[in-house]
Amino acid sequence: MTVRRKYEENFFRFLSFLFTAIIVFALVQIIWTIAKKGVPSLSWQIISQEPKGGYYFGKDGGILNAIAGSFYLAVSATVLAFIISLPVALFMNIYLIRYQRLLIGIRFFLDVLWGVPSIVYGAFSFTLLMYLGYKNSLGAGTITVAAMITPIMIRAMDEVVKTIPIGLQEASLALGSTKTETAYKVFFREALPGFATAILLAFGRGIGDAASVLFTAGYTDYIPHSFSEPTATLPLAIFFQLSSPIEEVQNRAYAAAVILTLIVLVLSVSARLLKPRK
Amino acid sequence: MPSTIELKQETEVKVESIPAHVPIVKIDKLNVYSKGTHILKDVSTVIPKNKITVLLGPSGCGKTTLLKCLNRLTDLYPDLKINGSIKIDGEDIFDAGRDITTIRQKMGLLLQRPYPLPMSIYDNIAYGLKLKGIRKKKIVNAKVEKHLKEVALWDEVKDRLKTSAQRLSIGQQQRLCLARGLAVEPEIILADEPSSALDPISSKVIDEEFLRLKSDYTIILVTHSLRQAKRLGDNIIFMYYGEIVESGPAEQVFENPQSKILQEYLRVGH
Amino acid sequence: MILSRKLKDSISSKWMLACLSFCLLLPLAIGSGLVLKSLPLLQSHSLKELIFSEDWFPSDNQFGFWPFIVTSVWVTVLALIISIPLCLLSSIYLTQFAPKWVLKFMRPVIDILAGIPSVVYGVWGLLVIVPLVGDKIAPLFHQDSLGYSLLAGAIVLAVMSIPYILNMLLEVFRQIPVELGEASLSLGATKWETIKHIFIRKGSSGILSAFGLGFSKALGETIAVLMVIGNVPQIPQSMFDSGYTLPGLIANNYGEMMSIPSYDSALMFGALLLFVIIVIINIIFRYIIYKSELI
Repeated sequence: MTVRRKYEENFFRFLSFLFTAIIVFALVQIIWTIAKKGVPSLSWQIISQEPKGGYYFGKDGGILNAIAGSFYLAVSATVLAFIISLPVALFMNIYLIRYQRLLIGIRFFLDVLWGVPSIVYGAFSFTLLMYLGYKNSLGAGTITVAAMITPIMIRAMDEVVKTIPIGLQEASLALGSTKTETAYKVFFREALPGFATAILLAFGRGIGDAASVLFTAGYTDYIPHSFSEPTATLPLAIFFQLSSPIEEVQNRAYAAAVILTLIVLVLSVSARLLKPRK
Repeated sequence: MPSTIELKQETEVKVESIPAHVPIVKIDKLNVYSKGTHILKDVSTVIPKNKITVLLGPSGCGKTTLLKCLNRLTDLYPDLKINGSIKIDGEDIFDAGRDITTIRQKMGLLLQRPYPLPMSIYDNIAYGLKLKGIRKKKIVNAKVEKHLKEVALWDEVKDRLKTSAQRLSIGQQQRLCLARGLAVEPEIILADEPSSALDPISSKVIDEEFLRLKSDYTIILVTHSLRQAKRLGDNIIFMYYGEIVESGPAEQVFENPQSKILQEYLRVGH
Repeated sequence: MILSRKLKDSISSKWMLACLSFCLLLPLAIGSGLVLKSLPLLQSHSLKELIFSEDWFPSDNQFGFWPFIVTSVWVTVLALIISIPLCLLSSIYLTQFAPKWVLKFMRPVIDILAGIPSVVYGVWGLLVIVPLVGDKIAPLFHQDSLGYSLLAGAIVLAVMSIPYILNMLLEVFRQIPVELGEASLSLGATKWETIKHIFIRKGSSGILSAFGLGFSKALGETIAVLMVIGNVPQIPQSMFDSGYTLPGLIANNYGEMMSIPSYDSALMFGALLLFVIIVIINIIFRYIIYKSELI
């Protein structure tokens, strides 16, 4: 082997290692930056209180409105998406299993849908709201976020259900179950751990997205009591407070960023732990 | 070159049965472990030059591992722990200082299924030449033609050398892979059940190819097909559970098997 | 008993079909809704004027989207220039050179990078990247910059797109058969030569698609870029200038769009533009992936 070939080999071996290290470094840097800025401003008050009078000038209060709002929104959107996704994923793999071409087409379509940015969902929902004469509200935000995460959830569930051997389905049908019973009893149980991962993934997407709720969920200092009330969300709490010139308010944005990052970290880690080993 | 290698080496490993051919590969106390399982156990043997040596045995007996040790493709599997020595032309291939790429170029590899490189028919053969530093168009052209003729593929593909190799039939692809290996001018051809995925006609072509090539190359053929072993083998190494049970010239091994397990294998194989 | 089971079966399968149809009709609804909303604008302005004009004066009824389109494309391309080499080489490292535990270690790293919300990336960009560009990188090129610039947006976007692209590339390299590598190595190639000549070529359509889909993902990114790019509707002259992306424009002006006539129509036209471009890119590259999986 010539010297040049050897050097080239070693050079790229090193460079590829270096680039991988840079990616790890980027993650560490992001988390470190957010933690350093935000943790000092974290306090019990921030997590446990709604904004009080003069909050946006640096007076007392917290972001409980946004934390609660985000959870309400993400949970209800995930539930709604699940109600739609589960039948679709099962339908594709039980009723459509013989129509491979159609199935490929649907998967293709859902993958494309996955690529549509959340701002487009937001803008569209906003238009629809205006047209129907509704206000910004938790309900509108829920529907928008659910629409956004549904393709993700269907495809994630589809990937899980797809791996269940067709023999299992045939065995169940042979025992006299209807297709529906097969779907919900056999497949559902078999795919449960995989579904959990899919749900966590979609939930994380829902709780972190700002662009879609910007148009539809509104913003308020109170915790919503019904779907027709507007709601604050964590991403928007960060976004709005950061644009304030007052330092105390900005610091609360950093604290909110820490909270949001923590939530997402927990979701990521638990999704990975739940993932069935191959 | 052959005269420089002492024949004494053979007696050292006590394989008296092998006739006095010049050994090209000498394996000494080769042990391979993978995560606690002992894949090859104290394998010692010699492989004579310009013969077809058949590694015979049931699947999972370590034949393929042994083959991959020879050109150190085992490097790709970090789980494998290897000790012992393999000498090719008297040079130990596990020597850290040795350049593995030149060692590998001494051996052409033919796998169970053909894996044409994702490029044209022409480039499949030119690839190895370029790695050797041969870039002159004229020489490359001549070599491409020569080796395609060597595997009887030239007439079938000469008008479409620039088309993708993936469009060839499986049998043609396997012959292309053989030609590709021959182009780097190896001394040894390592073949891992090369005709198991082929139709009977293509597999016959490959078999005939081997018989013709053995005057110029040493061929090491892994197979579990007794029929193929009998048809092609000059020298048989029978393996079972990571050990060499019996080895020697084909007539001797097949006519007069010593061990129970080989007797059983021959009987069932019939 | 039997009747109720059958009834259940039939209701449930109808519900399944309804859900599926809903999902399939959704993008059609989005598309037609946005078209409907942008029709008033399209009636008073020509398509050519809307796309290629540089004049953005909503109160004068002038809506030229060119500056936003240019900025969006520029910042996305710049982001990919940064993230492509990173992703390509690290996917090579992780699948070809590194011991297995490194890949195991990287999986959660990629997961977390993918999970971090856009707005948190924005905060990071504000705290780290904007000052870095303003105080360190721009002076290096003898440029004045506040830091709120295309480059800042591109760096943030590059990091955000890493998990997305890297995951696809890892899958591409994982699917390449080991035997192909063995074939190349046995011909005397080094590992890097094998990767360079064989693996990259074998995975070329997958790699290309990863980049293409990464591009479309980055093009639609809103909040993080909006926070660091400065939001000045102009055609940027260098990567140290501020700009205004198309998604940023939509997000920033939703509040006031009711106060100026045709403004809402214009913003929905912007969303439509984004939607159409991204769907087309997605279709192209998903199709390439689909084709390459067939072979």
